[in-house]
Amino acid sequence: MTALSLGPVFFHWEPQRWRDFYFRAAEEAPIDTVYLGEVVCAKRMPFTAPHFDAVIERLKRAGKRVVLSSLALIGNEREAQLMRDLCATAVPVVEANDIGILPLLTGKPHSLGPFLNIYNESTLAFFAARGAIGACLPPELPATSIARLAASASIPVEVLAFGRLPLAISARCFHARVHGLHKDGCQFVCGRDAEGLAVDTLEGEPFLAINGLQTLSCTCLSLLRELLGLKRAGVAGFRLSPMAADMVRVARLFRDTLDERIGAEEAEEALKALLPQMPLANGFLYGEEGRRRFHPDHLRLE
Amino acid sequence: MELVAPAGTPAAFRAALAAGADAIYLGFRDETNARNFPGLNFSADELKEAIGLAHRERRKVYVAVNTFPRAGDEAIWQRAVAAAAELGADAVILADIGLLDYAAQRHPGLRLHLSVQAAASHADAIRFYAEAFGVRRVVLPRVLTVEEIAALNASVPVETEVFAFGGMCTMAEGRCFLSSYVTGRSPNIWGVCSPASHVRYETRGDALVSLLGGSVINRFQQGEAAGYPTLCKGRFVVDGRASYLFEEPVSLNAAGILAELRAAGVAALKIEGRQRGRAYVASVVAAYRGLIDALEREGSVPRESAILFDRLAEGHSETTGAYGKRWR
Repeated sequence: MTALSLGPVFFHWEPQRWRDFYFRAAEEAPIDTVYLGEVVCAKRMPFTAPHFDAVIERLKRAGKRVVLSSLALIGNEREAQLMRDLCATAVPVVEANDIGILPLLTGKPHSLGPFLNIYNESTLAFFAARGAIGACLPPELPATSIARLAASASIPVEVLAFGRLPLAISARCFHARVHGLHKDGCQFVCGRDAEGLAVDTLEGEPFLAINGLQTLSCTCLSLLRELLGLKRAGVAGFRLSPMAADMVRVARLFRDTLDERIGAEEAEEALKALLPQMPLANGFLYGEEGRRRFHPDHLRLE
Repeated sequence: MELVAPAGTPAAFRAALAAGADAIYLGFRDETNARNFPGLNFSADELKEAIGLAHRERRKVYVAVNTFPRAGDEAIWQRAVAAAAELGADAVILADIGLLDYAAQRHPGLRLHLSVQAAASHADAIRFYAEAFGVRRVVLPRVLTVEEIAALNASVPVETEVFAFGGMCTMAEGRCFLSSYVTGRSPNIWGVCSPASHVRYETRGDALVSLLGGSVINRFQQGEAAGYPTLCKGRFVVDGRASYLFEEPVSLNAAGILAELRAAGVAALKIEGRQRGRAYVASVVAAYRGLIDALEREGSVPRESAILFDRLAEGHSETTGAYGKRWR
């Protein structure tokens, strides 16, 4: 069965909200795997730490597979040490999002996150030979590349299918910069925006969103209408990236579409109703602008 | 410290050589390199001639094959590496894991440099590339402070090369999809960022606006110099306030901190700008040659030469970028 997963929360949510989000997902979301952990900014890690064990416990009890996601950008020794601690925890699988963590995972089963550059068969084969047990492909890959990778891979390949697109990561904190602060004294202003802070052009066109060190799309990725085509092309799993919207309902829409209980068009209409302010996008899959939305008639899988 | 200069054309190559570059980096005229712009780069014959010229003067040539090979078409990138090896390049600059693996296995004598596009930002990542592929030099991402570079050099078994001058990425290189999100063309796949083919300038009342992929990146009043709309150097609105949100349209210039970079153990200084003309390459390389020679001779860079040098920066203000802590 095609797996559905919940990606790590990109946003600096209140620890309580973060915990309750996972508690509810554990009970109600038709999700197989949950990727857990801070991928954007190491400074946020202490906030959710007190709830980690309880969340993992609850997810496991609900039958979910739990994977710990690592930081997308390891920039200094302190962050490297945090990653060593992460790899030493009792959870069996860590998802690598920066090459720097791979030496820590030698000989241990691990998976490859969407922040690693996996563009071709040789790269995927290299990682698989070193013990990777799964890979979530980078968001800018066109469907032609995804299909080729899925066909050649000896490990399950997953694709981001929902959420704001992670477009860039920097050593600079843009949230701090907007508030006239620096990263070192950021006052955690990123926590004020549950889904990132909107960035418009000078003419008022919605353009991007910032989330601390990360830049996200202002559109919401939805591959609902491409799920079955990608599944036939060999994609083994789809990842939903948490948003402020009702993720349990989002997950049900994806699960029902995958299982062909509802049609993709109907599901996408329901999704739009859950995200009234956000345009949907799927352009990367079509080898075009990631912010655009194409009709699946134009999808090329070979 | 070695001075590594860019060359987008044979003319720029000769200019860099004459101006005193120790090494020159360039790419083939196709999608295998991260400056895949119309009218730029080298054919195999041009590369052969360039290598001949450089080797006669005991200078080096590095060939950048630093985009990420497309699934199903990896042979194109592998052929570029093979051609560079055959023609006698002193090193290839690679970013992709699969291509590094190919080069290490099939061309074991070829010296491998890790491109900035691989964004190896920490000692653990660098050690990985050194151990897995025998990488000998790493071009560091433009996100590290001088202090972090020094710490890193103390703990890795390879040389490091850092950017000294030119355009500066605000985001971790090789992991940025902003350009493809807005234009469909990305550095990783196409070798371009904010490509000229998607740029327009339009007059709106008294102002000139620059657009990328149809979106306004900046607006200039009459008399204001209109810059190129590189996405992360644009002016955007957050909470009703317009600002250079990601980065001002600044050039990196490390002229004032060369002694610090040398003390941090940096092996090579890189000038950005394979897309720039011969005159630019000649003047920047000559200026840096002077600064490095002065540093080697006297242990420091004379203040007035660092200041004189400022006028070379793109008509914009300059920054030491992430090398200074407060950039973050």
